[in-house]
Amino acid sequence: MIIEYIPIFVVLIVAIGFAVATVLSSGIFGPQRPNSEKLSTYESGMTPVGSTNERVSVKYYLVAMLFIIFDIEVIFVYPWAVQFQNLFGEIGISAFISMFIFLVVLELGYLYVYKKGGFKWD
Amino acid sequence: MLNSLQDLYHIIPLLIVSGGILVSIIVEMYSKDSEKILFALSILVFGAAGLFSLYSVNNVSILFNGMLATGGNVNVFSFIFNIGAFIVTLLSADYIRKYGTYYGEYYIILQSSVLGMMLMAGAKDLFIIFIGLELMSISFYVLAGLNRKRYNANEASLKYFLLGAFATGFIVYGIGLIYGTAQTTSIDILTVRFPQLTGNLLFLAGVLLFLVGFTFKIAAFPFHMWVPDVYQGSPTVVAGLFSTGGKAAAFSAILVTLAALFNGNVGSLFTPYLIFVSALSMIYGSIVAISQDDIKRMLAYSSISHAGYLAIGLAAGNSEGTAGIIFYLAAYSFMNLGAFGIVALIEGENETNLSIASYAGLAKRNPALAALLSIFMFSLSGIPPFAGFFGKYYVFFAAIKSGLTWLALIGILSSVISVYFYLRIVVLMYFKDQGEEVIPSKSAMGMVGVVLSAILVVLLGVFPGSIINLISSFL
Repeated sequence: MIIEYIPIFVVLIVAIGFAVATVLSSGIFGPQRPNSEKLSTYESGMTPVGSTNERVSVKYYLVAMLFIIFDIEVIFVYPWAVQFQNLFGEIGISAFISMFIFLVVLELGYLYVYKKGGFKWD
Repeated sequence: MLNSLQDLYHIIPLLIVSGGILVSIIVEMYSKDSEKILFALSILVFGAAGLFSLYSVNNVSILFNGMLATGGNVNVFSFIFNIGAFIVTLLSADYIRKYGTYYGEYYIILQSSVLGMMLMAGAKDLFIIFIGLELMSISFYVLAGLNRKRYNANEASLKYFLLGAFATGFIVYGIGLIYGTAQTTSIDILTVRFPQLTGNLLFLAGVLLFLVGFTFKIAAFPFHMWVPDVYQGSPTVVAGLFSTGGKAAAFSAILVTLAALFNGNVGSLFTPYLIFVSALSMIYGSIVAISQDDIKRMLAYSSISHAGYLAIGLAAGNSEGTAGIIFYLAAYSFMNLGAFGIVALIEGENETNLSIASYAGLAKRNPALAALLSIFMFSLSGIPPFAGFFGKYYVFFAAIKSGLTWLALIGILSSVISVYFYLRIVVLMYFKDQGEEVIPSKSAMGMVGVVLSAILVVLLGVFPGSIINLISSFL
């Protein structure tokens, strides 16, 4: 029932408390020497103000796509690894073989990208 | 989950194609001259998978905890996809070089799209349908824009991607609502629970959204706007694959879901929607095709009207309708691929010679090509000795049997209209003098592909009875 959710609320309060405490304490105790560079909006290293209609190198999209692939790999492999003992007890060696085939297919794609020069930045 | 080696035996066609993709990727990585090797490999893969599907057509079974069906009409569909892709590969041999895309990846993506189609046909679960659909569609988006330096190809690829992704959104929303109300995505369990869900509005909305998404994928009337632009912009052989394999795969998924949902009685609640789609696609496709000057646009509108004829079988909602659709799809795939193949041979460099006027006087210069194109045009318009006639005959028969005589009449009427624009090309080829010199490209492989589809069209037209009996025996 509701009592089971109390740890979640505790974590929530600690998380919010930590965030508020760090922001406040750095505001109170930190040195205040502002300049124009520091006061400008920070946006992942890009210039935050200006035309949005700029050309972006296609290399960034390649990185983003590759990231998604390996992100999904982790999503598949992690639960499998956690539950492997149970799975192995239930369906035997095919628990291993299924993931092995998945990884072979994925790594083949990885090798393909490598051979085609997908990781070369210049 | 691998239960036994017997399971693997049943999915050999799927294994051949997936193995083909992996081997193709390795070849593409290490070979300098990958395009030639991959062409031979694709021919082998599609030929082997297609023939094995036909050989193992009687191995009816359900595998992987009720996720995938094999044998029976699944294998008939698999045969259509693989032999269709086989013909497309033959046609591509010289075409993609002429088109300026000398990439080995072409064959890898082609094989992936066929794997997606085969998954859709064999699906026993809405998730498998979705995975197959995505695999097929994403491969198609890439194939449409194969030559990224061409303006039209970019337009086709982007339009296809945006609208296709939108339609997939409808399908996923539909699957979501079905899962939310029926608490399952398994089609067999849905069949069992269906009687309790007929009054549930959310469930019905889910099925309707699912159908709407697939109406887009089969290129039928209210969702047809992308078809002419995409077919015109993409490489001709690839447009042939979109209009045959893609349509057949989408129909196989609709048949699997609807037939199972309504326990063999496909239509019932959604009959009005299916009648609307079918009647308007037939009329719209046939009438608009008349005014087209570009042969690829004409074939695109003809593809819309054929989606309408096929949907008659869905609206009829009986087993004759289902068998008719499968036969029609086989006939339509081969005749349409043949027609697109000849268009690919006639097409010059830089998308020239695509107007209907280019076909004037072809019979004098190249009697063989003219005769073959006449076979496909007669078959597409539904004139007896060829396969197209029997396809139409079976779906019209199914409609009359379930009391939709007027829908069959609309079908006959629009067939009569369509005779005009199909036979116009035949008339131009035989009775007009050539305006400009149009030399078809010399492609032995392309000719083999076109002749093979002509043989299949004639065979399906000569022995329709035994094939329809085979299909009906699995229903």
